[in-house]
Amino acid sequence: MAGLRQRRARRQSVLRWVVVTLFGVLFLLPLFAMLEFTTRGAGGSLSFETWRVFFDWAALGETYPILWTGMKASFWLVLLSVALTLVLLVPTVVWVRLRLPRLRRLVEFVSLLPLTIPAIVLVVGLAPVYAWVVYFVGGSSVTLFFAYTILALPFAYRAIDAGLSAIDVRTLSEAARSLGAGWATVMWKVVLPNIRSAVLSAAFLTVALVLGEFTIASLLNRDNIQVAINQLGKSSATMSVAVSLAALVLAFALLFLLSFAGRRRHRERKTS
Amino acid sequence: MTAPSTGTLDQVTAPATPRGGRRRWWPRRDLLGVLPFFVFVTVFLLIPTLVVVIGAFGGDDGRPTLDNVAALADGYIVDAFVRSITLSAVTAVLGAALGALIGYAVVTAGPDSLVRRLVTSACGVLAQFGGVTLAFAFIATLGLSGFVTVFLRDSLGIDIFSGGVWLFDLPGLVLVYTYFQIPLMVIVFLPALDGIRPQWREATESLGGSTWYYWRHVAGPLLAPAFLGSTLLLFANAFSAYATAAALVSQGSPIVPLQIRSALTSEVLLGRENLGKAMALGMVVVVALVMWLYGLLQRRTSRWLD
Amino acid sequence: MTSAGVRLEGLRRQFGSLRALDGLDLDMAPGELVALLGPSGCGKTTALRILAGLEDADSGRIVVGGKDIANVPANRRDMGMVFQAYSLFPHLTAAENVEFGLRLRRQNAATRRQRAREVLELVGLGAHGDRYPQQLSGGQQQRVALARALAIQPQVLLLDEPLSALDAKVRVQLREEIRRIQLEVGTTTLFVTHDQEEALAIADRVGVMRAGRLEQIGSPEDIYRSPATPFVAEFVGLSNRLPGRVTGDVVEVLDAKLPLVGAVHSGPVTALVRPESVDVTADPTGTGRVVAVSFLGPTARVTVSLPDDAIVVAQLESARLPELPPGTPVRVILRPVPVVVSP
Repeated sequence: MAGLRQRRARRQSVLRWVVVTLFGVLFLLPLFAMLEFTTRGAGGSLSFETWRVFFDWAALGETYPILWTGMKASFWLVLLSVALTLVLLVPTVVWVRLRLPRLRRLVEFVSLLPLTIPAIVLVVGLAPVYAWVVYFVGGSSVTLFFAYTILALPFAYRAIDAGLSAIDVRTLSEAARSLGAGWATVMWKVVLPNIRSAVLSAAFLTVALVLGEFTIASLLNRDNIQVAINQLGKSSATMSVAVSLAALVLAFALLFLLSFAGRRRHRERKTS
Repeated sequence: MTAPSTGTLDQVTAPATPRGGRRRWWPRRDLLGVLPFFVFVTVFLLIPTLVVVIGAFGGDDGRPTLDNVAALADGYIVDAFVRSITLSAVTAVLGAALGALIGYAVVTAGPDSLVRRLVTSACGVLAQFGGVTLAFAFIATLGLSGFVTVFLRDSLGIDIFSGGVWLFDLPGLVLVYTYFQIPLMVIVFLPALDGIRPQWREATESLGGSTWYYWRHVAGPLLAPAFLGSTLLLFANAFSAYATAAALVSQGSPIVPLQIRSALTSEVLLGRENLGKAMALGMVVVVALVMWLYGLLQRRTSRWLD
Repeated sequence: MTSAGVRLEGLRRQFGSLRALDGLDLDMAPGELVALLGPSGCGKTTALRILAGLEDADSGRIVVGGKDIANVPANRRDMGMVFQAYSLFPHLTAAENVEFGLRLRRQNAATRRQRAREVLELVGLGAHGDRYPQQLSGGQQQRVALARALAIQPQVLLLDEPLSALDAKVRVQLREEIRRIQLEVGTTTLFVTHDQEEALAIADRVGVMRAGRLEQIGSPEDIYRSPATPFVAEFVGLSNRLPGRVTGDVVEVLDAKLPLVGAVHSGPVTALVRPESVDVTADPTGTGRVVAVSFLGPTARVTVSLPDDAIVVAQLESARLPELPPGTPVRVILRPVPVVVSP
């Protein structure tokens, strides 16, 4: 039997592997170079000194105080930005769908607006606003989470909106209310469990965004991990490359895990 | 649930819905639900935007002036815009072409395959996480003592920097930008590729069309708006990028974001800060225009490939 | 018209551990409409796709118009195909979709337009040529898909569950129209469906498939009246499953002796009896009791429970309903038509 189809499928899979492998190598090359760069000892030998320091947190804080401050700031920034983004966006978007459908376009427009306003532009306008923030709550780097919530808005909005589109919020809430539920119960017990994976994905995107943000922190003279990496680059290139590599790998792991979380939900829906 | 009837409008519009606030003109208590959101975006998004727009048309004395906007025509600012636009266009086209190819290869592997998960996760990191870390990745790879530089010099006797250390200048930006544009293309183009139904290919075949005919007359025209739109998005992405350039470029301010930085940080020259706002406004205009076109194309795409 | 006969011989196809086709044989005369009927996963769609060239067979022969076409790629097979749904090119109007295959055959613009108008008229969409697929209803889209497949005057028309995505009412209307058009153009047609009513209504012959092979093929009436196997009897139409006992060439069910289809060993069996072969009369001494009645227009179904908890459904003229309200004691009588039994 000829197997015309199988032959074509095989050709396609050869193409796929060639392309994926080729680009895989090209994209892994810099990562490998980073690894090599950070394990390069004197006279071409292997040395894990950089990584030893990296994992010895006490020593790390002592040797590279900027890095330690930056990491701490980024940690709090991640927590607060995710919290504020979700607290601000989820109830608003759900509420608008349920009760104020006329406002939907406006909320969408506002949420996606940061896409057309580059961070470098936002920072120009944020400078005077942050003068007031300093006046009211102080000048800590952690206050950046206000700005980061704005940056995360478009991505988080899209994720949550997509999640809500997949379910019929109105019917669900009408069903719940006809059974006697109040609005709070509708939100917590009915809507939220059904958009869990969308909320999760919005949170992950916010995490990645906050961990990677440099522009605003740097230009408002605040500290975060990226600012620290950049400053460290001037004195200790090896350590800054090591931190960069660790950050990239961590972000990859986060997103890879997320891809499973999202899929599982998807399959549940298909089989039910 | 609903507020008591407050005026004739209610009686006209909602006589038949005794409990239903839904059909009524916005009941005021419902609006309270969206108040925190709008207060927040007003303070941290709309006011900063207005600061930029108003500042761009204001002098140091606070009087309205067109001086800042007129200064955008200065040679070095025009040059920076031209370089920014060229850099963004070149990396957008390169990224779009190569990213589309990878996207296609990934899509043929099926929606739940491991290849797809690995590739999309990696793309998510490289496209959105980039910035400073990518700059250092390239310093470790192609910097003066980078892995590839050293390898080529010691093993093959090739000096990639014989014509100057291009990594820390515009050519370096093209390379690193392309490196994060390709993954972004994969992410934004995958949904369009997923929207292509296998029935279209099979229908083409059963009607007598070859693979080439299918690409030329069916898949090509269907994907074209998505491809163009994605390219525009890539352009906006590169045009807005700041971190990579800030970490990589060692001398001068070849592109607009770096010019804005120097306008913000330099306190030497009077009136520089509002010039920065004018440049920022210029960036917003470019990006808004591009995103508007993107939106148009996106609508077409979703009509065809949803 | 270049209608051709089709012969599939010993087609086999394995997908991993699933045996989709297990030696399928099928003959189609020129101009005939054959419906392949079966539950999902029985291999009917695989058979159609192999005939279209969209799937390989592991072994077997595919002969169309006297030529073995196993090595002919799909785009040279000259077959018109209508898919389940969404097969129209969304960037082309209905007329452009119809012209697509004609353009591939290098016909000039005037001929193409003329022909597109003709086939669109044929499917009743003469006025909708300049609409885009997303402006058409599901039923209209499938009509355009049919017009597109017919425009190229194919040797064979392949319909892969073309009605399954449509509303019940449109489904009935469109299937009648497909039959009218098929008779008009006279193209040999293979129609794949899982809906037995559809298959019986539209086809010259119905082939019932199970696990990759034909269980029975024959006229709709044959399939319905004399199912060759228990599977066919249960899959096509409604059947009562009643306990019985075979002795020789008759089966004894509910005190009636009924002739058998095929030879069966003596012993206890389950007999499959059509509702219209069951009669019910009100009788105060009867052992059955009416538990439910449903009115279906000219006929009605009466459900009767028997002392041993067995349930029998009878189909009667609805005029007789007044004498049989739920609770009525009744006697059940089986008409002496041949029945299929399963062990």
